Amino acid sequence: MSELLQGNMACARGALDSGCTFYAGYPITPSSEIAEHMAVALPDRGGVFAQMEDEMASLGAVIGASLAGRKAMTATSGPGFSLMQEHIGYAAYAEIPCVVVDVMRGGPSTGLPTRPSQGDVMQARWGTHGDHPAIALAPASVAEVYELTARAFALAERYRTPVILLYDEVIGHLRERADIVPAVPVTRARPTVAPQEYRAYGPSPDDVPPLADVGTGYRFHVTGLGHDERGYPTDDPAVAGALATRLQRKIDRARDDIVAFETYRIEDAERVIVAYGIVARAARRAIDEARERGVRIGLFRPRTLWPFPDRELSEIASTRSLLVAEMNLGQLVLEVERCAGGARVDRYLRADGRPITPLDLLGALEAA
Amino acid sequence: MTNYRGAPPPADPPTAIDYGRWLRPDLMPHILCPGCGHGIVLKALLRAIDGSRIPPEQLVLVGGIGCSSRLVGYVDLCTVHTTHGRALTFATGIKLARPDLTVIVITGDGDGLGIGGNHLIHAARRDIGITCLLLNNGTYGMTGGQTAPTSALGSRSTTTPAGSREPAFDACRLVEGAGGSFVARGATSLPLDLDATIARALAHDGFGFVEVLSDCPEYFGRYNRLGRATEMLQAQRARVIGPRPEIPIGVLHERAS
Repeated sequence: MSELLQGNMACARGALDSGCTFYAGYPITPSSEIAEHMAVALPDRGGVFAQMEDEMASLGAVIGASLAGRKAMTATSGPGFSLMQEHIGYAAYAEIPCVVVDVMRGGPSTGLPTRPSQGDVMQARWGTHGDHPAIALAPASVAEVYELTARAFALAERYRTPVILLYDEVIGHLRERADIVPAVPVTRARPTVAPQEYRAYGPSPDDVPPLADVGTGYRFHVTGLGHDERGYPTDDPAVAGALATRLQRKIDRARDDIVAFETYRIEDAERVIVAYGIVARAARRAIDEARERGVRIGLFRPRTLWPFPDRELSEIASTRSLLVAEMNLGQLVLEVERCAGGARVDRYLRADGRPITPLDLLGALEAA
Repeated sequence: MTNYRGAPPPADPPTAIDYGRWLRPDLMPHILCPGCGHGIVLKALLRAIDGSRIPPEQLVLVGGIGCSSRLVGYVDLCTVHTTHGRALTFATGIKLARPDLTVIVITGDGDGLGIGGNHLIHAARRDIGITCLLLNNGTYGMTGGQTAPTSALGSRSTTTPAGSREPAFDACRLVEGAGGSFVARGATSLPLDLDATIARALAHDGFGFVEVLSDCPEYFGRYNRLGRATEMLQAQRARVIGPRPEIPIGVLHERAS
């Protein structure tokens, strides 16, 4: 189905079509349209919309609702994303599925509220304290906002983990024709054993133990403390170490299921632009124009920033040089350099609250 | 204003129950210090729950961070030990998602009035159907006895060695002012009265808030030379009983939600 849609609207639609029935949030530009759409749509569908007192409360309520069996989400921008880090860590450690949307604006601090940025890439990976796995998805079109919102819910429910949807203000406020492929809702695994045998953090072949809903007869404990298989607090080094390892392994072993990327005209390319979000759109235009002048260039666009498609990029970089373009002062480029082997990696970075344009990139290609 | 001490509570909770039925024995011994008042509150809560006849599968206990919040983990129910100050936000999500459940929050004075003060006033303003017990021992016990938003003016702690220069919060007036429809205060020195107060909060339809005066002999008591647990309890009792108690207890505010 093809229609004219705004990015943030597509996010709300993707969530609703994925079976999201709980939204809690706090107003912040440039994400507010998501909340506004959910406030209108959810009550008619038996869902709950709650405007909370701040972003900590928003994600706290989302985690509570998820524990009660709802597919739940919140949306924010950089300043709110900073406040949510506490509960992103909680959701990762206590393994509560939830979706957090961060529509990136210029930062740090209050920054540039209505201007785009990609400054939260590393915060999405390491924003909360301690070791933990992270999943962050990066759409580059309105249709893809819908698709990856649905994907975020699927991954959150499948792997019992918070999933972050990360896109810049341009994508959020962009209105364009979107070909929507209706989402297929994913249902989380719930325990099949008798309540007295249930282990909320017990061993599981895929390292993802089933999660019971509270209020269904399963009595279990959920905590942000180090915990054993029953969720009971412990700081036993063997138990704490095994938990930290399992949480990371849970996502590592699912890496091939999670990781997604797109390439454009790289077959004969000598040089590849690495870009995501709106910058990847500018890159495609720049690539087409450069190719008309005989420059052999292509695009590598990660759709998952975390886990990063490192093996795939390594292979591409084995015979090509790279140009990383992003709207920050150098974040994902660090990850690109990690997997570039000996390949040359140039940077085109912009952190002035304005999007990187095709002309910017054409200039960068000539300069470097 | 009604004060339950003049009127009988709606249902008398049992004065003795099988506590073991409600507890997780494999988590004992608990982390509380000898003389801590919080165990008295937990027993009163269990008596009130037991007397309420609410099916256990309908009960969810939610705690924040701190000594009092750790109580939830010892109860054999669905229990959620959350982040510092934010238990009410998790509880709000649970209650909105499953309005049929009875959601009980246990928080402390630092948790509920310091780092979580904003969440407390908004839960009260929403008048959401959560029962909230705020255990007030006037100190940050778990971190070693620092001053709290409820520490009495002049009281000593590891961070106010010369005495606190700040006035203390009145949790009950705060919650009433913010819109909470049931506000009560109990005291560990009157544990059976506490049962009845908690029972009424549980039966209340909106935000049922109970501040419970508890004691921390280990830190607050020691730093302020208040004697042992029994002496602190006696002193507390003297402040909350009598025709004109220094600290009013019972149901201080109640209206239909």
